[in-house]
Amino acid sequence: MKHLPSPTLASAAAVVALAAVGALLAGCATGPSEAELDRQALAAVQASFRDQGIAKVDRIKQDLGQSACSSDKPPSDAVAERISAQARATMKWPTGGQYFGDFREGERIAQSGRGMTWTDTSTATSANGGNCYNCHQISKTEISYGTIGPSLYNYGKNRGVTDIMAATAQPIVEYTWMKIYNGKTYNACSNMPRFGHAGLLDEKQMAHLMSLLLDPRSPVNQ
Amino acid sequence: MNKNLLIAAVAVAAAGLAAAQTAPSGPKSAGDGIAEYRAMLADGNPADLFEAKGEGLWKTKRGPKAATLEKCDLGQGPGVVKGAFVTLPRWFADTQKVQDLESRLVTCMETLQGFDAAEIAKTRFGQGEQVNVTALATWVAAESRGLRFNLPQGHPEEKRSYEIGKRVFFFRGGTHDFSCASCHSEEGKRIRLQDLPLLTKNPGDGVGFAAWPAYRVSNGEMWSMQLRLNDCFRQQRFPFPGFGSEITVALGTYMGVNAKGAQSIAPAIKR
Amino acid sequence: MPDPMRIRAQVAGPAATVRVLMSHDMETGLRRDAAGKVIPAWFIQEVTATHNGKQVLSAQWGPSIAKNPFMQFNVKGAKAGDKIVVTWKDNKGETRTDEATVT
Repeated sequence: MKHLPSPTLASAAAVVALAAVGALLAGCATGPSEAELDRQALAAVQASFRDQGIAKVDRIKQDLGQSACSSDKPPSDAVAERISAQARATMKWPTGGQYFGDFREGERIAQSGRGMTWTDTSTATSANGGNCYNCHQISKTEISYGTIGPSLYNYGKNRGVTDIMAATAQPIVEYTWMKIYNGKTYNACSNMPRFGHAGLLDEKQMAHLMSLLLDPRSPVNQ
Repeated sequence: MNKNLLIAAVAVAAAGLAAAQTAPSGPKSAGDGIAEYRAMLADGNPADLFEAKGEGLWKTKRGPKAATLEKCDLGQGPGVVKGAFVTLPRWFADTQKVQDLESRLVTCMETLQGFDAAEIAKTRFGQGEQVNVTALATWVAAESRGLRFNLPQGHPEEKRSYEIGKRVFFFRGGTHDFSCASCHSEEGKRIRLQDLPLLTKNPGDGVGFAAWPAYRVSNGEMWSMQLRLNDCFRQQRFPFPGFGSEITVALGTYMGVNAKGAQSIAPAIKR
Repeated sequence: MPDPMRIRAQVAGPAATVRVLMSHDMETGLRRDAAGKVIPAWFIQEVTATHNGKQVLSAQWGPSIAKNPFMQFNVKGAKAGDKIVVTWKDNKGETRTDEATVT
């Protein structure tokens, strides 16, 4: 027959066990703070990625426009304004005021989603596309378009642009250029890649996109 | 009274019939057409071939220790495969970490069969032992087909993994400022014609986390969740995420917990 | 030894529906690898199926058939317990035979 432990020993052991569980639960109940978890997540990101081809780990060093927008909650108005101010400071207007190019080239650039991944071989802008159709409807005939961004069909027409060289069109011309060059100028947490600022497209490529969107002869505005 | 009711009933039926006859059977939307094509592909999913291969690998003596994987603990106890897929990632006492299916399979391949886990992690997808890891993952997932996701969140490390995963999900970075959230945080969005599941909540049965591993018809490849995440990061223009690295497991925890109750259809078929 | 096929054969009315999934790369011979070299053509050229030893299907395939091809056909008069045997042969001379019992 098995000998049971004496009553006093058993209850003492039980008290110790309960105290231990209590201590453990107290520790669990609080857990790491939100700020500590933020820090741990950043550390995990740094530790989990490595260089591959043209994609180096310096790409995940965040600037304010990225870090402040890395949450399901938007940044405060003050921070958003700082981000937009920083974006405005990066703005480069096209050389010689050449805002426009060829809308046919623009369509080709808009169709291409190439460039800057670790399977691409060059970081040159000539190797890059604009990725535009991935997120936007643009011309009427291309049915394979994404819906992450708003439709850009009739972009110029809807904004009353009948002559891209007219002074009346200048505000929308500048707005559109800034949106493509650095979308954070207007929207701190914009989903738009910063094509100009990040060196993804050069000013000639952006000028072609400007024509695609604003030229009254472009298929986008038919 | 009866006659009036009868007339009313006939009138309603006639109206219904008229509506049916005059309703335009307009052209299918591009999305509908693609959905039909995918449904047709689902019969004869080549994932079956990988499933069969994975089952064979589980039961075959392999590696320096010439052992099978039949004692591998995927979270439900050694050798228990049914139901394991829908409770991963989870915390494991022996490794003292939260692990997803693939990193856990590699752990078992090392401890039971003597393979070098670090070597497998460095191997490219579709080569060497990675081919076998994918096949094993496909079979293990198949053994939970139809079951509903129910990841444990009792251990502090499991909770922490969820929190890390959530933060990584929203992490904006790379040359294009993309995060997982850029594509997967709004309902009803698509990239080109590819519908994007909402991953911040339960996206529904057989969607998102519940649909991988999957056979991708476009390139004829079997894709595990680790490969799916890897290619997401490539398209996000990020640097390379290590196989089984902490953030890849944490993202699995985040998506898996969000998908609680969703039915798994893995291994599925994709474009 | 090439990977096995998956064959399912089920009675459906007066016939049996046979579904075959074959494991094969089905290279067209038109693709190039990362170095620019042509990947040599490698595809199933001939598929045959027998029902209880009698040939019921013979197919000649070319490079336009998809990778890991799936084929479905009906066999009139097949009953539960009958044997279906499928064989493929490719342009390298490799071959694979698998069988299934009709359920």
